[in-house]
Amino acid sequence: MVHAEYDIQKGAYNSAGEASADIKRKLQQLGISPVTLRRVAVSSYEMEMNIIIHSLGGTMGLCVDKDWITLSSKDQGPGIEDVELAMSEGYSTADDDARSMGFGAGMGLPNMKRNADDFRITSQLGEGTQITITFKVM
Amino acid sequence: MTSRFHSVRLIEDKCRGCTNCLKHCPTEAIRVYDKRAHIIDERCIDCGECIRICDYHAKVAQTDTLEDIKRFPHPVALPAPTLYGQFRHLTDISVIYEALLSLGFKEVADVARGADVVTLAIRRALRDPQRPRPLISSACPTITRIIQVRYPALIPNIINLRQPMEVAAQIARRDYASKHGVAPEDIGIFFITPCAAKMTSIRSPIGHAKSAVDGAISILEIYGHIAPLVGKIKPAGKVPEFSPFGMGWAGSGGELDAAAPRNSIAVDGIDNVIRVLEEMDNNTITGFDYFEGSACLGGCVGGPLNFENNYLARNTIQTIQDAMPKTQPEQLVRSAELARDSLYFDQEIPPNDSMKLHESIAGAIERMEEMNRIIEELPGYDCGSCGSPTCRSFAEDIVRGNSSEHDCIYILKDTLKVMAQKMVDISKTKRE
Repeated sequence: MVHAEYDIQKGAYNSAGEASADIKRKLQQLGISPVTLRRVAVSSYEMEMNIIIHSLGGTMGLCVDKDWITLSSKDQGPGIEDVELAMSEGYSTADDDARSMGFGAGMGLPNMKRNADDFRITSQLGEGTQITITFKVM
Repeated sequence: MTSRFHSVRLIEDKCRGCTNCLKHCPTEAIRVYDKRAHIIDERCIDCGECIRICDYHAKVAQTDTLEDIKRFPHPVALPAPTLYGQFRHLTDISVIYEALLSLGFKEVADVARGADVVTLAIRRALRDPQRPRPLISSACPTITRIIQVRYPALIPNIINLRQPMEVAAQIARRDYASKHGVAPEDIGIFFITPCAAKMTSIRSPIGHAKSAVDGAISILEIYGHIAPLVGKIKPAGKVPEFSPFGMGWAGSGGELDAAAPRNSIAVDGIDNVIRVLEEMDNNTITGFDYFEGSACLGGCVGGPLNFENNYLARNTIQTIQDAMPKTQPEQLVRSAELARDSLYFDQEIPPNDSMKLHESIAGAIERMEEMNRIIEELPGYDCGSCGSPTCRSFAEDIVRGNSSEHDCIYILKDTLKVMAQKMVDISKTKRE
């Protein structure tokens, strides 16, 4: 099983996308098909940006075995008040800073869910958010 | 993995085994061992970065020479518009036509004419809402190859059009054959090339089985032959058969000016192109129509086989464009040219999986686990002394069975330290 973990800092726009690029490269070396690769790449980038834009910082993980690819994220807060609302397209709490850079269209979570074979999110206000998404290796 | 043709070559005598090219290769296709550089054939995309960076001129592009045109009874020169940018203060390109004819070519046919045809075909494709967006230009073969290696998910976005060079060669052969009543196979079409990648796409085309071009001679070689003549030749006054837009394809953004001037982006320089493709691959830049990528800074005028620096060449091209009649491509292109199947690809573009660690996913996982273990042991200096570009790629080379841990001088030093200590310990043993 291949494991990798990435520290993602709050507001780290200067290194945005680096974890996702590394994940993509690893999956390519593993011989994951272009179609699956694309789905994982889109999701992992959304996941990484979510931590940078919305959280106080956290980690992202990749886990691959011969049947499944799992992406996970865990942040240190602030947590999502209404997960169901956050999951609806177009809803965003991104600040002006993030919006001025073209983020915060409120597509992140729905996008991840759409691309994944399984999507789980748990969040506790004041504690943080954990997301686990799974892709079947085709 | 099948080994394939590429035209960047090493002159062994000139290579010092330094790490300059190793560090600049965008696909990590170079390794240094036995005191010289080696190219991993299936990874090389012929971008020419190593040709540019090598202080010892040990990297070259394998091209044809002027001698090779003698293989054909009717050799035709097919200059890239970039050729005209090599001659400062050139305003009348018929001077270059005359100079090329004096070298033994029977005719000169311009690639820019093919660019006019491709321009119209791109405009047509952009009117089709069924096509994916953005459409990606297929004009720079290095960009197509980097997509095959690193962004296979973007392959469907590559526009299914042959390069202007191919289209121009088809027109040139047909026109010459009918004008002079000779057999098409007796005509030898020689592209005058600014880069190695075009040479490669003649030998192994992408998207179609056979090239319409018979060979490629570098602009550098041609420049050497015709530079002394240019001042002495009187312009013949032959009017170019292409538009200023076709000419403009020589520089980055020229294709957009001609074919997709709105809501499109042109990116030049392989590192810049990679940055943008990476974002496109993440689906984070959407909503635009066309992407023109050039591996070389400045576009084809920045190709490694040019004489003139790209900034001045660009200015010369602009001056020539300004002096041309303001014709539009649609005024010059015969509608029959746009109806030909041979304008389009007839083969799928396959992904290039040379980055893959093993044929099976299970095998690749095993190798990556081993790689990760090795990376922990490595110093992380990315010094290149082991002959691999980074510590990570060194670990990859070890699991592929191409390197051993002691090729790392830091691991070697540590091992020697332990061995030396052991010898000291042994020497101190009392009993004989």
